[in-house]
Amino acid sequence: MTKTFAEQNFPGRLIAVEGLDGSGKSTQIYLIKKWLELEGVKVFFSEWNSSTIVKTATSKGKKRELLTPTTFSLIHATDFADRYERQLVPLLRAGYIVLCDRYIFTAFARDTVRGCPPEWVRGLYNFAALPDMTFFFKAQLEVSLQRILDGRPELKYFEAGMDLHFSTDPYESFRIFQGRILEQYLGMSTEFKFLVMDANQRVEEQQSVVRKLVQAKLNLADFKREI
Amino acid sequence: MAAPNRKAKKRGPIQRNIVVPAPSPKRFYGHGLPGVDRNRLTGKLIAVEGADGSGRSTQIARLVHWLEGNGNATVEVGLKRSTLVSEELEKAQEGNILSRTTLSLFYATDFADQLENIILPALKAGFVVLADRYIYTLMARDMVRGMNEAWLKNLYGIALVPDAVFYLSVSPEHLVQRTFAKNFALDYWESGMDLGLSRDMFDSFLRYQALVEEQFKRLQSTYHFDIVDGHRSVDEINKELRGKIELVMAGRG
Repeated sequence: MTKTFAEQNFPGRLIAVEGLDGSGKSTQIYLIKKWLELEGVKVFFSEWNSSTIVKTATSKGKKRELLTPTTFSLIHATDFADRYERQLVPLLRAGYIVLCDRYIFTAFARDTVRGCPPEWVRGLYNFAALPDMTFFFKAQLEVSLQRILDGRPELKYFEAGMDLHFSTDPYESFRIFQGRILEQYLGMSTEFKFLVMDANQRVEEQQSVVRKLVQAKLNLADFKREI
Repeated sequence: MAAPNRKAKKRGPIQRNIVVPAPSPKRFYGHGLPGVDRNRLTGKLIAVEGADGSGRSTQIARLVHWLEGNGNATVEVGLKRSTLVSEELEKAQEGNILSRTTLSLFYATDFADQLENIILPALKAGFVVLADRYIYTLMARDMVRGMNEAWLKNLYGIALVPDAVFYLSVSPEHLVQRTFAKNFALDYWESGMDLGLSRDMFDSFLRYQALVEEQFKRLQSTYHFDIVDGHRSVDEINKELRGKIELVMAGRG
């Protein structure tokens, strides 16, 4: 079993948020970042699928619908590895609190729904240490779907899970896809000690719970910026 | 006009026996790929491994010529040739900016793209696929760089087991001479300069190639590829390869 950063004696700590699109997790992690910055803590924020090197390949693959479940999985693993080795690990060695909007669990959930063998996907990512805290924002499926679908956005092919051929209607496909991902998340919740948040609550209520949990786990003074 | 025609007729066209590849069971090294029916892969997958300068490309070109002459349809694949990431991989490598896990996964993406979009469809159509390097080079290079072997085995569990794998074995001393005879320069990556083995490129090349060879030998015990002595003449080597491929085509490889 892979260990957390604390268990591997890193001076830094990694906090991840996971959840469906529209669960409000990005808002919550943004507010954590603001709070930690105001506390004078060394903090770094990293987003899923954001490595610049891999970006052109990923966007080309997505735009031209070239990706299969396997290459979809591998290209995201490449992106993650780049951020992990070049940014996350060095910062964690330097005692930073690293905030991740999505971590390896996003890959575990999505790639498994796409039909990749779960053990293979987990194996791909086993070079990565586990987060010290993982908040899972659990909203009712309908609520998350409404948040996204209310705006009648142009759903992208892979985002809507169109490659899985659940339905030819992107909105229907998105619903089924998100439902399957939610099942995967719930299945991992205990194994990876997710801190399950009630994402149907108000933003402020959730944020206050999150901050309390972070403070209970971490002594923020240990991570203060040295001036 | 008439005379040479008659002459040609007299000699007759060269008789070639068109060999339909005999089906053989296919399997993956590990978990394989979702949604692939292995029974439909009626073609043959032949991989040729070896360092730059081992004569891989020459041998493959000859094999393609020979197979096509025999009436077999062929397709060639190789590293860094995928539509998906080949350009990006090339660019990233030029700048030497990727760390080892990233580079490893980038190469795996390139491999998987070709596996799914070229190799498997061609095998379904009954082609003979010639792979100019396969997963073993990728694994050996990564192992030299300290990547975990179990991790690599899981990663390349997606790969189809070839019907034959030939490793053209050439000593580093010979490789260096062949490379110079062709290019008058050593390649940065083929010299393992990223490893910091030596500042001297010549020295680094020899040490790196010896390390890669060592890993190939380790992999050989698991993957059982056919080690072919690459020090001999092109013709001699090709004759050996043809003989072995004939057996593969007959389903007795």
